[in-house]
Amino acid sequence: MPVIDKTTFDELKQMSGDDFINELIDTFLEDAPKMIAEIRSSHASNNAETFRRAAHSMKSNAATFGASQLAALAKELEMLGKENKLHEAGDKLKALEEAYASVRDELKGLKS
Amino acid sequence: MKSRHDPGQMLVVDDNRVNRLLLTRALEQNGHQVANAENGRIGLEMLRAKPYDVLLLDIDMPEMNGFEVLEALLQDEELRYLPVIMTSASDELDRVVKCIEMGAEDYLVKPLNPVLLRARVNASLEKKRLRDEQRKLFRTFATPAVAEQLLRDGFTLGGKYVTASIMFCDIRSFTTLSEKQEPSEIIELLNDYFALMFDAITANSGTVNQMQGDGLMAIFGAPAHDEHHREQAVNAALEMVELLRAFNEQRAVQNKEDVRIGIGIATGKVIAGYTGTQHRATYTCVGDTVNLAARIESHTKVVGKPILIDHYTREGVSEQTQVEDLGEVLFKGKQQPIQIFAVNS
Repeated sequence: MPVIDKTTFDELKQMSGDDFINELIDTFLEDAPKMIAEIRSSHASNNAETFRRAAHSMKSNAATFGASQLAALAKELEMLGKENKLHEAGDKLKALEEAYASVRDELKGLKS
Repeated sequence: MKSRHDPGQMLVVDDNRVNRLLLTRALEQNGHQVANAENGRIGLEMLRAKPYDVLLLDIDMPEMNGFEVLEALLQDEELRYLPVIMTSASDELDRVVKCIEMGAEDYLVKPLNPVLLRARVNASLEKKRLRDEQRKLFRTFATPAVAEQLLRDGFTLGGKYVTASIMFCDIRSFTTLSEKQEPSEIIELLNDYFALMFDAITANSGTVNQMQGDGLMAIFGAPAHDEHHREQAVNAALEMVELLRAFNEQRAVQNKEDVRIGIGIATGKVIAGYTGTQHRATYTCVGDTVNLAARIESHTKVVGKPILIDHYTREGVSEQTQVEDLGEVLFKGKQQPIQIFAVNS
């Protein structure tokens, strides 16, 4: 599975235009670390609702850019939050961070 | 009327910055003016501060989520008809269904498809415009209560039985009064008089549904049911007499003759509904109670009292209201005599 799905990303770019896609990427790269931090801290404090919402946001944005693997991981976390099973999230948090790091590097390269 | 593709005022409410940016951009590209808010609470404040044509609303948000916003919109007389398009992830369609049930117009799945976005926003805009036109149209000939019910329940010509209080009112010896005045003065007098009577009636939850010459008919307890309709009708009558007294004081200063009115109220079952056509309709009531109220109003001339009510209305008014039993009267066209009371102000 590619880090960024080319078709989805191209559609997004076509719809928003060159300047705007850069702004959109910058915004995501600014906000995503905050979402990950929120996922981490709500996991630590066992706050399932905040955890679910942060994972939901991450899923939504990842899907927008065509970052399918990151979106799928975020969705798994969202489900755990919904079912109040934060204790099962352990390994997935690390996987999410790694997936995000690849997405970040790739998105930086895709800026025009 | 504006055409389908005219731009509109959009409000985007989403807690996620990327989503907000993207939606705003896409809507701007379609020529719309777009404002945005990062949660439901701020969004609602913006909606109350300035009119928008379409609201694009996220479900999951801190402070006030999409469901809570929809709930608040439903409670708001002004915002109830604002078209709302829910923006949601594809895996939460069960929640979207709940939103539609709560009054949302449509939904869009994120990530956004620009073609669908344009189509759905335009459809909502068109609905909004039709609704605004309708509201304007209704308001020109119907009362606000009737206009709201027409908008809420749709237009049906079918009638139903309701229990209501019916009021008839007209000016005593209007013909004599009008013979002594210039036509322009008469029209001015009628306008003042109707303004005062409408004021008293609507302040007491009544609906004026007919005006003819110097007379009017009002309904209490319908179209919106209110168990206090008898008391409301009598209170309105008292206020009408009181307002006219003040009006006459002003007229006396100008050496003008007093305007006196007669009011008749009857309570009972009536058939209520809309009569007319799709383009011009009025909410009205027919039945024995309506005829009786008209007869009672005429009877005010006979007994020289301004407010007369039947015994059913009498049973619904408070102890403090001073009423005088005038005994039974056999009205023309009625089989049974009716007990009549005068209400004293």
